[in-house]
Amino acid sequence: MAVAGYADPATGHAPVQDFEMVEAPVRAFAIATVFWGVVGFLAGVVIASQLAWPLLNLDLEWTTFGRLRPVHTSAVIFAFGGNAMLCTSLYVVQRTCRARLFGGEDMGWFLFWGYQFFIVTAALGYVLGVTQGKEYAEPEWYVDLFLTVVWVAYLVAFGGTILRRQEPHIYVANWFYLAFIITVAMLHLVNNAALPVGGGVGKSYIAWSGVQDAMIQWWYGHNAVGFFLTAGFLGMMYYFIPKQAERPVYSYRLSIVHFWTLIFLYIWAGPHHLHYTALPDWAQTLGMVFSVMLWMPSWGGMINGLMTLSGAWDKLRTNPALRFSVTAVGFYAMATFEGPVMSIKAVNSLSHYTDWTIGHVHSGALGWNGFITFGAMYYLFPKLWKKTGLYSEKLVSWHFWLATLGIVFYITAMWVSGIMQGLMWRAYDELGFLQYSFVETVAAMHPYYVIRMLGGLLYLSGALIMVYNLWMTVRSEALAEAAPAAQPAFAAAAAE
Amino acid sequence: MPTKVEKDSITGRMTTGHEWDGLKELNTPLPKWWLYTFYACIAFAVVWMVVYPAIPMTGARGLTGWTARGAIGPELEAERAKQEPMLAKLRAATPAEIAADPELRAYAMAGGRIAFANNCAGCHGAGGQGATGGFPSLADDDWLYGGSYESIHTTIEHGVRNGTDSDARGIAMPRFLADGLLKPAEVADVAEYVLSLNGRSTDAAAAGRGETLFAENCVSCHGEKGEGNRDMGAPRLSDQVWLYGGDKASLVQSISYSRAGVMPAWGSRLDPAVINMLTVYVHSLGGGE
Repeated sequence: MAVAGYADPATGHAPVQDFEMVEAPVRAFAIATVFWGVVGFLAGVVIASQLAWPLLNLDLEWTTFGRLRPVHTSAVIFAFGGNAMLCTSLYVVQRTCRARLFGGEDMGWFLFWGYQFFIVTAALGYVLGVTQGKEYAEPEWYVDLFLTVVWVAYLVAFGGTILRRQEPHIYVANWFYLAFIITVAMLHLVNNAALPVGGGVGKSYIAWSGVQDAMIQWWYGHNAVGFFLTAGFLGMMYYFIPKQAERPVYSYRLSIVHFWTLIFLYIWAGPHHLHYTALPDWAQTLGMVFSVMLWMPSWGGMINGLMTLSGAWDKLRTNPALRFSVTAVGFYAMATFEGPVMSIKAVNSLSHYTDWTIGHVHSGALGWNGFITFGAMYYLFPKLWKKTGLYSEKLVSWHFWLATLGIVFYITAMWVSGIMQGLMWRAYDELGFLQYSFVETVAAMHPYYVIRMLGGLLYLSGALIMVYNLWMTVRSEALAEAAPAAQPAFAAAAAE
Repeated sequence: MPTKVEKDSITGRMTTGHEWDGLKELNTPLPKWWLYTFYACIAFAVVWMVVYPAIPMTGARGLTGWTARGAIGPELEAERAKQEPMLAKLRAATPAEIAADPELRAYAMAGGRIAFANNCAGCHGAGGQGATGGFPSLADDDWLYGGSYESIHTTIEHGVRNGTDSDARGIAMPRFLADGLLKPAEVADVAEYVLSLNGRSTDAAAAGRGETLFAENCVSCHGEKGEGNRDMGAPRLSDQVWLYGGDKASLVQSISYSRAGVMPAWGSRLDPAVINMLTVYVHSLGGGE
């Protein structure tokens, strides 16, 4: 489908698509993103209900909270988030490099089926009780090895496309995507270094032990947040917000400085997950100060996201998909401020092990990762299926308000419950005895657990509206572009 | 490929001249507030690393000499020192003496309440109401080992059938079916007789056969009329209080395979003052003798 026309001699730019994009696997990734999103949100509502009403554990080993919780976290982070990253990165890298995906269609399909197979084998393991017992790294060695193969292929495909680019520079989105791919590979390999026990069982022992193992686990866990959920999604933001706002990125210089400071500082901040533990004091201090220094580098992305709308703020009224992307940046700003605050030891002594942490994670996950992905999907579906627009902008608005309300329910409930929990744990009476027993603190959280579940339900309902809207968009004959192969937008530009 | 720097009409900023898929970028300088806040955070970090331990592997403590353990130790010590005079009195006195002294009793009830909630309520319930499945109620007057201060104290200190304390309470009831002491039909007869002890038998003939078997096998521990024996912890069978259920199927299960509830020996885990406080607290729950 190579379209004639190369660089415009007048501008030196190349607005014409002169390569054949690999699109079918990208479409598959887009569908998988939405599918796993719904699965992950549903699992979240189920386990939130189990916390509020323990009877829902059903007294079956496969349906207990302990087994379903990693199903939820992996479904939203790795299945929903991971497919969103693969979908958008493969789309963005081809377009901004003006180059066909390295490895072509076959590579795209290998990545797609490989990644889905990883998700399914990991989830089966969780439900059947096969786990390494490491948070966000639960899959056992055989799944880890398989994922390594898929991930290396991803790096080759993405890096190969960048090497083939027809543009002189690499676009900022691709820096972030590449940092995400490389760092996640490193984290995955080190944290999962394990010796299988053999005998045909999926059991292994981790190479690290004691406090070193804890440190490596949280070096991994924190940077799963930093490089999977932050850097990778910033890549998404750097493409879709300027596209939706139809404005240039606010500051190239800021993008350089905040990119390098972010990736340099993030990698050291993991020890703040182990404050007041057996981890040596020096490591705890470093974990805290690196987290504090991380505040501004994180906010650099917020500034570039929001300020890119200068001169285009009115589009928020007319483009509900952009509203998702911009609100996502708002939640990103909130979560990346809250994070450094919680890493300060005095704050952490109250917040650690409480629901405050859960609230913090979800303001990031629901608000930032979820919303930026929804914004991208609402942009991508019409593009990928060659439609002139979405089936219904009104339904996007419904999704937006339901999801926003859901997040507000969720995080306020967790703030209140978390701070209450922390205060109850440390409360002493005048005689020096603990004021509350542990089980009394659990009982006190019940109303907040119910509110949290309702928040999740609202968020899930919004996502179901999105599924319907996107499905109708794809199915709609009326929305079909006049000449799907002709790329009218580019043709028009070339004709200028 | 040549680049073309343009002026953005809305902001008045120049672009960098790069373009990708229609995306351009402005050459806006770093926002000053952003840059200076970043510098301030770095300065804070440097100061913090001088003041607090931050040098890897050396054991260096920073200017303040602060360590996490060093900070928490004195705090806990101070709290303990505040309680110590009362705890010393509580260790020296017997539970009965504590209960008789209004000041000690008030203190013991406060300390016993939270100690019970954190250590005992998991099995015995928040109010000591117990639970089916072998967790006795502590709020009634039906005691396996006695409800006096002394008995309660011994039970808490040494526990029941825990295998860790040689003075632990409890002996093993035989597994009458599993060990071949009785046949299935005989077990059923004994169960029928036990039902008759509180007037629930529906088969007088079976209960009659069971009475003989009961006299041969059970009375040495449970007593001639099933009144129980606190020295052995053999439960009373002639009342309506059942640890493992009082219906015939549960009784058959109990006789066939025995029951053997366990309880930890808290003497090795809790301060003697706490054991005394717990004793006073449990005694007050409703069944103290």
